[in-house]
Amino acid sequence: MEKHITLPLTEELAKTLHAGDTVYLTGTIYTSRDAGHKRMCEALARGEKIPFDPTDATIYYVGPTPAKPGQVIGSAGPTTSGRMDAYAPTMMSVGARGMIGKGARLPEVVEAMKKYHGVYFGAIGGAGALLAKCIKKAELIAYEDLGAEALRKLYVEDMPLFVIIDCEGNNLYDEGRKAYLDTQDK
Amino acid sequence: MREIQASQITDVVEKLCIEANEHLPEDVKCAIKNCRACEDWEIAQGVLDKIIENYEIADTQCVPICQDTGMACVFLEIGQDVHITGGDLADAINEGVRRGYDKGYLRKSVVKDPVRRGNTGDNTPAMIYTEIVPGEQIKITVGPKGFGSENMSAIRMFKPSAGLQGIKDFILETVETAGPNPCPPMVVGVGIGGTFDKAALLAKKALMRPIDSENPDPFYADLEKEMLEKVNKLGIGPQGFGGKTTAIGLNIETMATHIAGMPCAININCHVTRHKTEVI
Repeated sequence: MEKHITLPLTEELAKTLHAGDTVYLTGTIYTSRDAGHKRMCEALARGEKIPFDPTDATIYYVGPTPAKPGQVIGSAGPTTSGRMDAYAPTMMSVGARGMIGKGARLPEVVEAMKKYHGVYFGAIGGAGALLAKCIKKAELIAYEDLGAEALRKLYVEDMPLFVIIDCEGNNLYDEGRKAYLDTQDK
Repeated sequence: MREIQASQITDVVEKLCIEANEHLPEDVKCAIKNCRACEDWEIAQGVLDKIIENYEIADTQCVPICQDTGMACVFLEIGQDVHITGGDLADAINEGVRRGYDKGYLRKSVVKDPVRRGNTGDNTPAMIYTEIVPGEQIKITVGPKGFGSENMSAIRMFKPSAGLQGIKDFILETVETAGPNPCPPMVVGVGIGGTFDKAALLAKKALMRPIDSENPDPFYADLEKEMLEKVNKLGIGPQGFGGKTTAIGLNIETMATHIAGMPCAININCHVTRHKTEVI
């Protein structure tokens, strides 16, 4: 199904999304990848706050290229989500609900998604020039020393995504492939 | 003996870093379009359309195709009658990478230490591969390599008794394990023979070869065709959402090896298989 959704990603909204849905997402999201997640989880472990309010937040696993003059942001496609698996359950435990990336997730991440009503969206890996077109605002909010891995607040409009894993644990990677292979067996 | 200035190498590397990251080679574009024409799974068609739209945007607006502008893999075939003057070769290449990644607004994705990390800030050092060949020219190829796919690569030291079937199973196993992670549709580079390290180098070189070319040995050319077909029966599909197009190309490179061994390395690349060559 094709759906246009507006953030924040509340529990109610999360429950309406199903693995395999095509989603056009509008609203504010935050960028973070390996080094940023490590710092945020270390801050949480010390009882400190992270640089943005995680309640119903969506995190995009991306390290963009630098913006050319006149650009909002450089090319900005997803990085491999599995590297954030060590941190994702912690992020969901403080309220972050949406994740945008690409690639497989560990069972413990899926379990946390079921517990906290998380949604894992896939953006097209390698389509950084196309995805940058949906990013209308970009603001550096923390960890500037990490360069491409710094935390950024983005405003996106109609960002084309696919629901890969929904809050019930259904998985497009398994189901899509199986459905395709079933058609080939006939 | 022909003299070539180190600064000339710097200029070429700078240019190739930018061009390789903005413009996908024609053979790769062609392969993606051909696969789109043969793809009958709806979600896969949609993904391939977006992938085509993406490289067209990069082409016309001169922006990086992918945000992972990679480690700069720089291959040099240096004619043995060339004398490089006016500076150190490695310095010249790294200066080219530094300038290219700065002027091209490319992402700096290199850390100075594998364990202690720390971004070098200029995407150096480059991964430099030199080969001395006959002649008085230098052929330079820059192939920026992203790590979403690099991380899904594998090497195995087979016993010779494993035979061809061992190689075939290993290719399918590696692609299966990679699944959706390396941004399929992927390009598969296979290196067979040599030593542990040479097999890996062959696999990387296989990725630099145009995907519409075939191994000159008919035995391996047939194996390339057979394995591409088998990979595309796995059903992983574009982005792993299911479909026919799991790989757009599969190249095999081989060399002699020891009586006791059969090394096989598989280097995985994504649909953004970038490389650009210039001869000085």
